Amino acid sequence: MPEILDQARERVLGNGVGLDEAGVLAVLNLPDEHLPAALQLAHEVRMRWCGPEVEVEGIVSLKTGGCPEDCHFCSQSGLFTSPVRSVWLDIPALVEAAKQTAATGATEFCIVAAVRGPDARLMKQMREGVAAIRAAVDIQVAASLGMLTQEQVDELVEMGVHRYNHNLETCRSYFPNVVTTHSWEERWETLRMVRESGMEVCCGGILGLGETVEQRAEFAAQLAELDPHEVPLNFLNPRPGTPLGDRPVVEGKDALRAIAAFRLAMPRTILRYAGGRELTLGDLGTRDGLLGGINAVIVGNYLTTLGRPANADLKLLEDLKMPVKALSATL
Amino acid sequence: MTDLSPAPAAPAALWCDRCGESVAAGPHPACEAARAWEPPRWCASCRRRMKVQVVPAGWSAVCVEHGERRG
Ligand code: SF4
Ligand SMILES: [Zn+2]
Ligand SMILES: [Zn+2]
Repeated sequence: MPEILDQARERVLGNGVGLDEAGVLAVLNLPDEHLPAALQLAHEVRMRWCGPEVEVEGIVSLKTGGCPEDCHFCSQSGLFTSPVRSVWLDIPALVEAAKQTAATGATEFCIVAAVRGPDARLMKQMREGVAAIRAAVDIQVAASLGMLTQEQVDELVEMGVHRYNHNLETCRSYFPNVVTTHSWEERWETLRMVRESGMEVCCGGILGLGETVEQRAEFAAQLAELDPHEVPLNFLNPRPGTPLGDRPVVEGKDALRAIAAFRLAMPRTILRYAGGRELTLGDLGTRDGLLGGINAVIVGNYLTTLGRPANADLKLLEDLKMPVKALSATL
Repeated sequence: MTDLSPAPAAPAALWCDRCGESVAAGPHPACEAARAWEPPRWCASCRRRMKVQVVPAGWSAVCVEHGERRG
């Protein structure tokens, strides 16, 4: 057994203290033959510090495309020649999407908009949309609307938005290679306001943007410092027309190593499988991740790309005897 | 000449609905594979970019000329 896994067994599994950056790096550098042991340990950590429940979430794009920012992985930036056109979802369709999500047993419904930050029109749409969902559907509403002002943070709290997603996307040292229209620190500032408001913080990122393994470890350590309630882990799905459109997808074993390493860095967080898992890991990958530290999934489609049908994931959870977290457990 | 001619069929696919390039020389295998995990973006009949809305349980794609597709 590699020394790092012995150390992690005591420190993370035994004491609930996450690995530091050097420890995460050692896990990310484990040779393939030790990957099963790393995943097994990450699974034990998740079972011990989070329990067997899996949090199920659906996400929907309220405002798609035409974003003024230049995140190099994103097909919704208006600055690239991506074929994604700007479109708004109306409120009846938003409520319908929330209903369909709730019907899968999901407890979370995240409303997302492709913006630098909300304007008055988007905040109005949110106010009406969240009220309509809360009147018609039993589900927790989360939001992801970019960078916020303090007034907007307060407004979202007032609307009843319980969790806010704002991804740091990658580590601080690599961020300027991926985004030039705003800074990592600006994102951090929004996260700070969200945390202080009492909303739950959801913050993760995307692996496979061209970061080094060292930078992946740096990212895990920075997330651990932030200590978010939830960390969504995406794997790059290279989108046509974006600056990262020709990058290779993350190798399956590297993705699994990262899942184990991020769990060992953050024993108590909700570690969610988000976009790209189908491409990177294929059908079996969902199972491997859920047995390697993941304890939350996005079911159904993503914002501009498609996911596995919700039924396939729910059946897998049943097979794995992992109960879907109930709404009562999230309140 | 007969007045019982059938209604005009949907225009044949001329363009790849993923990349918007011609399919005159045959379909694009890489695009077809990618379409398993993404909705169409280009109208296969007229090469207009479609307005596409993805929701958790499906998608819709609208061409102003050729109407809506759903999946
Ligand atoms: S801010 Fe969001 S929607 Fe806009 S380009 Fe960046 S990732 Fe895409
Ligand atoms: Zn094509
Ligand atoms: Zn058309």
